[in-house]
Amino acid sequence: MQVMSLFPEWILSHGAASIVVVPLLLAVITALNPSAKLAWATVLGVTALCVFTALGLLLQVMSYGPIHYNMGGWAPPLGIGYYIDGLNAPLLLLISVVAFLCTLYALPSVIAEVEPKKRGPFYAAFLISLAGLLGMVTTADAFNVFVFLEVSSISTYVLVAMGASRDRRALSSSFNYLIMGSIGATFFVIGIGFLYMQTGTLNMMDMARLLQEIGPGDRVVQLAFAFIVIGLGLKLAMFPLHMWLPGAYAYAPSFFTAFLAATATKAALYLLLRFTFTVFDPSWDYIATAVMILLAGMGIAGMVAASLQAIFQNDIRRVLAYSSVAQVGYMLLGIGMATTLGLTAGYLHMINHAIMKGALFIAVGAFWYRFGITQVSDMRGLGKTMPWTMAGFTIAGISLIGVPGTVGFVSKLILVEAAAENGWWWAIGVIVATSILAIIYVGRMIEKAYFKPVPQINDRPVLRNEAPLAMLIPLWVLALASLVFGIQTEWLTSMAEAAAQVLSAGPNTDIPGGAYILPKVTGGH
Amino acid sequence: MTAIFEHFNFVVVIVLMMTGLFVVFATQNMIKKLVGLSVFQTSVFLLYISLSKVSGGQPPIIDKKDLHGASYPADGGYDAAPDSAYQAAEVLYSNPLPHVLILTAIVVGVATLAIGLALVVRVREVYGTIEDDEINKIDYNENLEGVAR
Amino acid sequence: MSAQNQHSPHVILRVVSKILIPLIALFALYVHFHGDYGPGGGFQAGVIFASAIILYALIFGLDEAKRAVPPSWVRICMSLGVLVYGGTGVATWMLGGQFLNFTVFAPESTHASGQHWGIFAVELGVLFAVTGAMVAIFYAFGSRVPELRDEDW
Repeated sequence: MQVMSLFPEWILSHGAASIVVVPLLLAVITALNPSAKLAWATVLGVTALCVFTALGLLLQVMSYGPIHYNMGGWAPPLGIGYYIDGLNAPLLLLISVVAFLCTLYALPSVIAEVEPKKRGPFYAAFLISLAGLLGMVTTADAFNVFVFLEVSSISTYVLVAMGASRDRRALSSSFNYLIMGSIGATFFVIGIGFLYMQTGTLNMMDMARLLQEIGPGDRVVQLAFAFIVIGLGLKLAMFPLHMWLPGAYAYAPSFFTAFLAATATKAALYLLLRFTFTVFDPSWDYIATAVMILLAGMGIAGMVAASLQAIFQNDIRRVLAYSSVAQVGYMLLGIGMATTLGLTAGYLHMINHAIMKGALFIAVGAFWYRFGITQVSDMRGLGKTMPWTMAGFTIAGISLIGVPGTVGFVSKLILVEAAAENGWWWAIGVIVATSILAIIYVGRMIEKAYFKPVPQINDRPVLRNEAPLAMLIPLWVLALASLVFGIQTEWLTSMAEAAAQVLSAGPNTDIPGGAYILPKVTGGH
Repeated sequence: MTAIFEHFNFVVVIVLMMTGLFVVFATQNMIKKLVGLSVFQTSVFLLYISLSKVSGGQPPIIDKKDLHGASYPADGGYDAAPDSAYQAAEVLYSNPLPHVLILTAIVVGVATLAIGLALVVRVREVYGTIEDDEINKIDYNENLEGVAR
Repeated sequence: MSAQNQHSPHVILRVVSKILIPLIALFALYVHFHGDYGPGGGFQAGVIFASAIILYALIFGLDEAKRAVPPSWVRICMSLGVLVYGGTGVATWMLGGQFLNFTVFAPESTHASGQHWGIFAVELGVLFAVTGAMVAIFYAFGSRVPELRDEDW
């Protein structure tokens, strides 16, 4: 492919490691940085580099197939292997792009929300969190997953707690998140321990191969599956395990909320997909049952319950947080169908939701930045006082509802098709019903903003006060993306289809051979 | 009964795990919650460590006297021993990998505990209490005021 | 301070720990360097080294400890550790290997000397990072509450 020549060969051959290592190392330098501006510039540079690397890796995967990278030159299953295929390459790009856009937005937002002394460490923690998420997605070593899961989670607890200078409830929310998150990670690691007990390996592909030999009847493996699903379910806010999410999203600094909402649950969901479909065998009885009843069932329950809860919230960010739980339900429903079309829908909704929620939370942060607005009832007249920000919010909002011409519609349509293909007519009913609930909770905000008069202060209406450009640019990039990808549907859909292909191919036992062999890349031609 | 003693390590792990989990859910005190969390995590460390024991296995440290039949100069020490000598050593070792994994997990646990305690300190400063139910009550009232505002 | 005060309740503690602290630090270095050949290594050594500093802080007070080991050093030490670790990996990249592929340091060696030197550098990084992190955690918690004065004993 011609575009490949744009990328230096080094990025292509070492990108799988450098995308994780570079943010991690520069986080340390950022932490020592005395100037917050310089720290911000470092983060911007790092995230830009991540976007570039992720793009190179994605193109490489698309044209040459999966990438294997042997950490330290030790070939898996002995060493830690990094593995990038059609399932995680789009996610790497997604996380990097969201991180880059959020960093642009961070410059004004962090100045308003974080005390000057803490800004350097704040940015450092953000980079560590980013590195953790990228590492979770890249690595093919089950224990390495746990380490990166905790690296990203621990820095997330810190960043959520940083919202305390704005609202003290950030502290108790962060503590709840810490307890729930640690229990989730520990459950996950118990599951990995049981798998290690039965297979004696930690490499995911080797594990898949040995699990095939063990077969479906093994009780310890069944137990391991249960622990892994519950552990990851806590991390990805699967319906009854989502209690940490609204608080964490509502009180974190708005810059970090945007990043968290767009990426954190997605990375955990990716792990669930990776383990359920490519490490375990989805054709085994108990896994097929668990996927269909547990994931789809909890997905449906979450869609209904969280959408209803979202309607009765007063805090804008809590509305959107409960909506996130409901959207995770859509993804789980698609995954629960376990057909290629269902998986495509689930994966596509994962990407689309990141675009929409990123835009929505960025806009909400801008409302607070200008007017200190946190409640839905305070959104009166925002259509006139912040027209551009509100327009971006509206586009992302109608995309969340699933109006035709937006990304939200594309993934919901595929989800409905997949449900029809399975004959799950009741699921279609639930999708339509929850979309109506979405109209209520999104419409409530839009109605306040456009159809209520501008509030009066000292008998004079509040003047127009648009958000700064550093906030408008990322907001509009995401809002336009939700329009463009809603009309030009092939790009994202083909990516999601490729991911679904990887998943429906069953257990992945593709282990590279030979220590000390550099991955060969021929580059552009 | 014999089944319990044959799987003694798992019995210990399960008891610790459930104790820890129960404490996390049953108590309202944030410090006690962290204590429970630590117990819970420790049970997982024990699970891994007990997995690594190979019956009859030695600690996985290569000792000179284990290198049977290897000829190397007495003064040269380890560097002088040819690699084949290490491979020829017929000694049963316990699996060192879980120990390394748990070393990592312990670091993670320490980091979590440190962050958790730091949060408790800040919560105590801001709310004046570390009881979860009291904090929830304060937060609930604050939420109600938020509506009235 | 009450160092001159002959009724100081801490005399025995102070004298004993003054002898012990250098020994603890030395033992940490032993554990670190012996990690090449036996049990030990950067992590354990780092914790032991940090415990020497923490013991000093417990016996002589946090302010004294902060004078001996300023918090800014601790932060630099912590970061330096990570940079040494990661820098080793970057060096292996520069030499054309994968991240942390230490063989590139001595590709000709039959005894994997490259691995030896690589692990050595990495463990040094771990030593710095762990020492720094432990002391930083202690300082962070210790400085929240006003210390007990000698008169309150």
